[in-house]
Amino acid sequence: MSAKVKFGVVVFPGSNCDHDAYYATHTILGQESVFLWHKDTDLQGVHAIILPGGFSYGDYLRCGAIARFSPIMKEVVEFARAGGVVVGICNGFQVLLEAGLLPGVLLRNASLRFVCKTINMRVENNKTPFTSRCQKGDRLRIPVAHGEGNYFTDAATLASLEKNDRILFRYCSEEGEITEQANPNGSLSNIAGIMNEEGNVMGLMPHPERVVDPLLRNTDGRRILNSIVDYCMSKAGHELSLTELDRR
Amino acid sequence: MFISKIRVTLRKSILDPQGKAVEHAITSMGFNDVEDVRMGKYIELKVNGKTEEEVRKTTEEVCGRLLANPVMEDYHFEIDKCP
Repeated sequence: MSAKVKFGVVVFPGSNCDHDAYYATHTILGQESVFLWHKDTDLQGVHAIILPGGFSYGDYLRCGAIARFSPIMKEVVEFARAGGVVVGICNGFQVLLEAGLLPGVLLRNASLRFVCKTINMRVENNKTPFTSRCQKGDRLRIPVAHGEGNYFTDAATLASLEKNDRILFRYCSEEGEITEQANPNGSLSNIAGIMNEEGNVMGLMPHPERVVDPLLRNTDGRRILNSIVDYCMSKAGHELSLTELDRR
Repeated sequence: MFISKIRVTLRKSILDPQGKAVEHAITSMGFNDVEDVRMGKYIELKVNGKTEEEVRKTTEEVCGRLLANPVMEDYHFEIDKCP
């Protein structure tokens, strides 16, 4: 492995955060990044895969329902089953649920409104490849932009998510409290992001890739993306290294 | 040739905010005897098959794998001969 982590950003027809994900990982974090077209079947040797936000296939039928049958998804599922790191952001989260890589569904927002704003979310578990640069209880400010982010699952699955610390982020107030008011979409138990049992697949509604550039005066998203970089580096036996911008 | 007429509906246990909003509109129109509005989808498939049984099997599989998400939706269908 080179000294860089190679990210693969999947591009479905209708993806619109693919370039943000590329910019964040490549330009800001200084890693390698490639686009993976939905019709491709070659993952180009990437170390981590991002399923970006957007409206894949126009959200027809159900969000993510058609994207999961794209040729690339077969490879993504195999990559995930083999332990590869996969992150689904927003529409990408919906695709992961439809593909069965994560449990549950995302329903229409309880308000019936599209929510587009910066929310607070609390880190519930920092012992994961996605949150190692956070402390448990940290509050991150990350934007959301979705109409269907209302996470739902049955009681047994929720209990298992909680028991196994698989809820990584919960919507919270400025003070870090889990309140109904802080919940932008009606999500069960204020869930903003979860991971799979094996701990290598994560889905979340908020957009960490949108808050990485110091120009925007909020770089909270970097803590998530850099955690992934750290994980991939250490998995490959490299010393943890901070990226150029982080050393500043 | 057969035609499968499929209805996909939200499961009873799932809140349907869209249905609720429509329900509010209906009651505000003055129809006070309307309650429990639930939204769903209606889908038609034309299926080439020799027997109704064969078409039923295909429809069942398409519904289970794509048209409905079993976590939140139920589906029902009927099969007619294409006119």
